[in-house]
Amino acid sequence: MTAAEFEPVDRRPMTGRQGGGLMTDYEPVIGLEIHVQLKTRTKMFCGCELSFGDPPNIHTCPTCLGLPGALPVINARAVDFAVMIGLALGSEIAPRSIFHRKSYFYPDSPKGYQISQYDIPICRGGQLDDVRIHRVHLEEDAAKLVHVGESGRIHGSDRSVVDFNRCGTPLVEVVSEPDLRSARQAHEWLTLLRVTLRQLGVSDVNMDEGSLRCDANVSIRPVGSSELGTKTELKNMNSFRFLERGVDAEIERQTALARAGAPVVQETLHFDPGTGRLTPLRSKEEAHDYRYFPEPDLVPLLVTEEMLAAARAQVPELPAARAQRFERELGLHPDRARDLAFRAELADYYEAALAAAPDGPVTPVEIANWIPQLVERIRSDADADPNPADSRVSAAALAALAGMVAAKEVSRDAAREVLTALVAGGGDPRAVVEREGLGALSGEDGDGLAAIVDSAIAADPDAAEKLRAGNMKAIGPLVGYVMRETKGRADGGEVTRLIRERVGVG
Amino acid sequence: MLDRAQVLHVARLARLELDEEEVERMASELSKVLGHVDRVRELDLEGVQPTSHAVDLAGVMRADEPIPCLTNEQALAEAPEPVDGGFGVPSPGPSGE
Amino acid sequence: MSELVELTAAAAAAKLRAREIDPGELFDAYRARAAADELNAFTWVAESARPAAETPLGGVPLAVKDLFCTEGVPSQAGSKILEGYRPPYTATVVSNLDRAGAPLLGKTNQDEFAMGSSNENSAFGPVLNPWDRGRVPGGSSGGSAAAVAAGLAPWAIGTDTGGSIRQPAALCGIVGVKPTYGACSRYGMIAFASSLDQAGPLTRDVTDAALLLSHMVGHDALDSTSVAFPEPIALPSAERLDGIRLGVPEDLLGATGAAEGTGIDPGVMANFEATLELAQQLGATVQPCRLPHAPHALSAYYLIAPAEASANLARYDGVRYGLRVAGDADLETMYSKTRAVGFGPEVKRRIMLGTYALSSGYYDAYYGTAQKVRTKIAEDFRAAFADVHFVVTPTSPWTAFELGSKTADPLAMYLNDFCTVPMSLAGIPAVSIPSGLSDGLPVGFQLAGPAFSEGRMLDAAYALERAIGFDGRAARV
Ligand SMILES: [Mg+2]
Ligand SMILES: [Zn+2]
Repeated sequence: MTAAEFEPVDRRPMTGRQGGGLMTDYEPVIGLEIHVQLKTRTKMFCGCELSFGDPPNIHTCPTCLGLPGALPVINARAVDFAVMIGLALGSEIAPRSIFHRKSYFYPDSPKGYQISQYDIPICRGGQLDDVRIHRVHLEEDAAKLVHVGESGRIHGSDRSVVDFNRCGTPLVEVVSEPDLRSARQAHEWLTLLRVTLRQLGVSDVNMDEGSLRCDANVSIRPVGSSELGTKTELKNMNSFRFLERGVDAEIERQTALARAGAPVVQETLHFDPGTGRLTPLRSKEEAHDYRYFPEPDLVPLLVTEEMLAAARAQVPELPAARAQRFERELGLHPDRARDLAFRAELADYYEAALAAAPDGPVTPVEIANWIPQLVERIRSDADADPNPADSRVSAAALAALAGMVAAKEVSRDAAREVLTALVAGGGDPRAVVEREGLGALSGEDGDGLAAIVDSAIAADPDAAEKLRAGNMKAIGPLVGYVMRETKGRADGGEVTRLIRERVGVG
Repeated sequence: MLDRAQVLHVARLARLELDEEEVERMASELSKVLGHVDRVRELDLEGVQPTSHAVDLAGVMRADEPIPCLTNEQALAEAPEPVDGGFGVPSPGPSGE
Repeated sequence: MSELVELTAAAAAAKLRAREIDPGELFDAYRARAAADELNAFTWVAESARPAAETPLGGVPLAVKDLFCTEGVPSQAGSKILEGYRPPYTATVVSNLDRAGAPLLGKTNQDEFAMGSSNENSAFGPVLNPWDRGRVPGGSSGGSAAAVAAGLAPWAIGTDTGGSIRQPAALCGIVGVKPTYGACSRYGMIAFASSLDQAGPLTRDVTDAALLLSHMVGHDALDSTSVAFPEPIALPSAERLDGIRLGVPEDLLGATGAAEGTGIDPGVMANFEATLELAQQLGATVQPCRLPHAPHALSAYYLIAPAEASANLARYDGVRYGLRVAGDADLETMYSKTRAVGFGPEVKRRIMLGTYALSSGYYDAYYGTAQKVRTKIAEDFRAAFADVHFVVTPTSPWTAFELGSKTADPLAMYLNDFCTVPMSLAGIPAVSIPSGLSDGLPVGFQLAGPAFSEGRMLDAAYALERAIGFDGRAARV
């Protein structure tokens, strides 16, 4: 997850301005089609190992090169992963599903057809958050086509080069119902889907590397209408930001058309993030007739009770459920709960800290509040989303520090310094407090806090006078003086109490 | 029956360039064959399940275990236009697949 | 030399195992004959074979239909689009047979991508029938059939999608077996119609067929549609047919077929009836049986097979292997010119037909309907086999026809498969054995049995073969 995805989110339904266009009388209707590369060892229909970034065409065999006579055989683990995804999304898992051939000519398609699923997919229905799932199906990825210009053997002609390493990588295609109502919501929902898939361990879900790819179907309709307008398809938006910008741009374009009384044409659009412009790829009518028919080289795919049980056992608690548990059972703020739960490593670290928390007044909310503090300190340019478990601060140490703050053994400001010291050198927070002399000044055990309060009053008699006269705001400069003098070690509440006592305003 | 336009449409789907004479011949030959095969539609097949395979087989899968791959040289051995370890082709427009 | 090639393959294998003959000598004898081929049966002949003395087949060389991929050896499927193509791997069936001791003798000519019934659709020229060189050998495995009939090879393998082993076997006076769908691996077989294609033997006699088939069958993890053969295939030994009930499908051979112009040649019919007579003398019962949907099999077949073929042949696009035309033009032009130049007229016709049958708006009417007919045909056979052990028909409605005599009318050519296609759609095994001559040309007799009944079916065919006493030596070169 990038830092941008961590931004606080506005989850209110969209009204008013959106993407620069006034949207008072139309509402957008958005559905997503997401392709997810599965993290199996081998390809969907052959035993070639998956790879990324290797020299071209070294992970191929007769099957994934589409050589004459070669045949596909289904990868059992890819099926298991698809079942896990279906279970995580609450889909109905088909005990028997069918692979079809989807025919189209393109150099990235070695057989002239893609083996995919059509009318009987492996998973149907389901829901993630408040968005319904239409279907989830298995298919194979295409090869990679790299444009090389005129450097090929044939001069005066624009060339591309095909690399079949990626060809045949198992893909799961998740199709949502058109339940999304804003680009922002689409972004958030895709984020949730992504963390869910990551938690399942079935994919790297990395948009930069193409293991997560998203198309969006966008239409608009008059607010209050339940009919669907003509939709356009936005292809391969390769980052969360582009998805949001692309969808916003398309909503704006369609709204402008509607306002001008012009029809929306059903077409596939390509979003150029550089210019923000949408260009048509092809028009649906003239375009593709995929000639789907059952793949005769394969037999029906079965998901047995045993496979289902095994998949169920492998589905961990998923981010949405975890966030809900943090919120309901631990009392975390919804945003904090999601921020932790949507990054499994943060949530795991948090739960480890909870388990190690000392007896005493410290609450789960207080411990949770320390996690972003820690993440901020260990984040770097090289690692924008560091895992706290990899840092020098053990979950137990963080819990102990939170416990010390709650027990007023160390002030909040001093504790931040302790945390910085722990990040640098590790160890036990109590030892750091001792070593650095950062223990809280309470005024009761002869640590000189009372004397410092007295010198504060002496240094600013004006403020003391105002306070005595009933102007409670005047206490500010006095507290500030004490805090400066104690380098933040004093407990704020105790300082206020002492000042009021000394000035005589009880 | 197939007319000229349909023949051209199907030929385009199948990526087959046909000359004028072939278009005419296809239209008449395919129409004749279709006229014959059309008789299957006279049968009452209400409620009949389609058969895609004669063998009653299902649930065939393989373990997710790697096999040795072809070398780059083997993969490209028959390539009409090998370029930098890959297969050279005329640049297409965007696929949209 | 000539004595060696007079041996059946099974007899040669026995002598090789007993070291009574030398495998190198046997190979060289056939190699010389194959290299001197005047029938255009071979597209490529091997230089040598590695020793196979310790194997069950001892080193009896094998002619292999061009469409089986053989590593480093031209595997062109009779097509210009694959001219000179040498694959980096070998078909499972070919490597199984090589391991069993049947080394590759050569690759045989065929109709392009197995589409045809006369071998006139090969990009490498037609194959001639050794019984009459002015006539076709049948197809699509015409090269394999002609090579075995002429004694250019001791045995051969081919593929049968709608009759492509049985029909050329019939027209060349040899034995051809189409096994149960799934019995032999399709891995490495250049596909025509995946749900129908099946490899099988073409041999001089039934014993050779059983021996070769027994080493071809078996589950292959690389072919999801392959199954383990339920029992070993023994060499046939039956002398009588007592208790065997043969069903004659009146829907195919009665007035219905004839009335629709699929009438069987009188000479062929007379031979068929004489063979039934012989069968009865051996103790068999001959009775009529019903296959009510069989007359529609051809229509269903000519929708299903081209539909699958249209997708199977989409990979020939000039990108990774094979012919490329107009490589400096734009991509679409490169595709459509490559395919226009690379494919012959029959292949184009079937690609067009299949593409049309699958195209938007026509799927249900054509492909969907054909798949339902297929269900009915399989049901017909199941019902028939409740009453009879085997269904019998003439293999081909006619004997070998003259080169060029049917090329002008695709539909007339398709009718060749009238009696063989129903079994293909039902996925059941069938064998064609030579049952005599009509006007000096061989006639084939077809027996079809339930799935995986190959052993019993070949046993029955063997008893018949002995009673018929067909002498194929006239065709030997
Ligand atoms: Mg897809
Ligand atoms: Zn592969």
